[in-house]
Amino acid sequence: MRLRRFLNRWLLFVAVVILIPLAVESEYYLTLLNFIGIHTILVVGLNLLMGYAGQISLGHAAFFGLGAYTSGILTGTYGINPWLALMAGLLISGSAAFLIGVPALKLRGYYLAMATLGFGVIVYIVFNELQTWTGGPSGLAGIPALALAGFSFNTPLKLYLLIWPAVIFILALSASLVDSRTGRALRALHDSEAAAESLGVNTQRLKLLIFVWSALYASLAGSLYAHTMNFIAPSSFDIMFSIKLVTMVVVGGMASIWGSLLGAGVLTVLPELLVFFHDFEVVIFGGILMTVMIFLPRGLIRGLLDLKEFRRYQKEGGGLSG
Amino acid sequence: MAVNDVSFGVTPGQIKAVIGPNGAGKTTLFNLITGFLAPQRGRILYEDVEIQGEPPHQVASRGIARTFQLVQLFEHMSVLENVMVGRHRLSRAGLLAGALRLPWTRREEADIRQRAWEVLELVGLASRAHQPAAVLPLGLKRLLEVARALASEPRLLLLDEPASGLHRVETERLGELILALRDRGLTLLLVEHDMSLTMEVADEIAVLNYGRLIAEGPPRAIQRHPEVIAAYLGTDWQR
Repeated sequence: MRLRRFLNRWLLFVAVVILIPLAVESEYYLTLLNFIGIHTILVVGLNLLMGYAGQISLGHAAFFGLGAYTSGILTGTYGINPWLALMAGLLISGSAAFLIGVPALKLRGYYLAMATLGFGVIVYIVFNELQTWTGGPSGLAGIPALALAGFSFNTPLKLYLLIWPAVIFILALSASLVDSRTGRALRALHDSEAAAESLGVNTQRLKLLIFVWSALYASLAGSLYAHTMNFIAPSSFDIMFSIKLVTMVVVGGMASIWGSLLGAGVLTVLPELLVFFHDFEVVIFGGILMTVMIFLPRGLIRGLLDLKEFRRYQKEGGGLSG
Repeated sequence: MAVNDVSFGVTPGQIKAVIGPNGAGKTTLFNLITGFLAPQRGRILYEDVEIQGEPPHQVASRGIARTFQLVQLFEHMSVLENVMVGRHRLSRAGLLAGALRLPWTRREEADIRQRAWEVLELVGLASRAHQPAAVLPLGLKRLLEVARALASEPRLLLLDEPASGLHRVETERLGELILALRDRGLTLLLVEHDMSLTMEVADEIAVLNYGRLIAEGPPRAIQRHPEVIAAYLGTDWQR
């Protein structure tokens, strides 16, 4: 029963992903969907760290940026094979996460949040100042499209056919991870670090591992982003974007793989709808983060389900007001 | 200093109980053995190897498992999954191999699942396997903690006040389980307040008071030991 419901969900998801490009012709909507896909990869990775390991990264935009700039510079400036460049991005982002994580995760508490915050600021400055390589604040142009066996992913539709299979793969991989030996250890660590340790889980190593793992997701998303936009500038990788990602995780629901898709979807579409309020975007995101944290701490999906349950409970004459 | 100058041994295959009034240092002693605290001096030997100062997960990997005075379950996970985490030290699948479900990791998963079921059957929690651990009543929570520890196939099991919060029938059942585990060859070290349970199951008892060992011996001798009586009932009572 549970397995069938599980399979149905995935089949439905894959079917929707296949059907959308048949129904949607507008390049604007396809591009928006591509951004949702890229954000989903970022948010799932951050969610594994936040929702399962209970650690916050306020510098995920930096890993996103490292992936994007590595791909952009290596392919645009040096003409290196984009798939090799993508791998190089993974290597650089993973190493950076490892170097930050080793000292920060030795300490209990939210030291990782502070270390990644600092890292995010530094990386943003480096993107701006290292003009010979990054093009500085005015950005880096001329990034070629990704190509596979002569097929170039150079239109929104073609990019959709690259990005969304990647999203499906990443979501499936993450769901599978959560249900594996390492995933159980992660969830265990979140509930009781002491008990996990007492059963032989090296909690410090595990936290480091999942932090590096989530940085790899961000880097992959960054590389895809660079080849989607063909142009990148530091402003896409600032602290505000890191905070947006945290908001997406919270809105979708911590420790929820599908919630990541929802959170990325809602908060990618929202700024498009509120384009007149562009100057207040920071305020709006802050407001959403606070509202969800206070009223729906389990995220949008589970929060609304809880609310429904509560209404039914009230109707049936239970509760204090009963 | 919570524990000072305490020296005693545990005979393999026996049940040893550590008793003492509140604040005697029993839990501190447990935390020292299992690596949650590092001793400032002294040695802890397990199977002739010094283990003091090792981190808890390393102590666990040597085959020492424990439960906690305040139950520490993985509340958001199912009863079965809680026990499956107990198999962690005996399985290998890493992050990538597990996420990709390589064939060998699937066989390992199946094995973990089956062993977890066996342990649940042993302690009588199989009917609750798919419930979230959070919904169990306290008595079953304590039982689940024991099951989870057993799943890691320890050679030494430390139980920190396993009977606290249990009613009489539950305590009796726990006593039976503890004796059954000893008969399967497990060595147990037990911290307990419940005197009837301790006297019933322990082969040997060590008594702590103010962080010092004041008596050690079989239950009958301990019951008559003057210093133990004084520690529990006060010296005035003797006169």
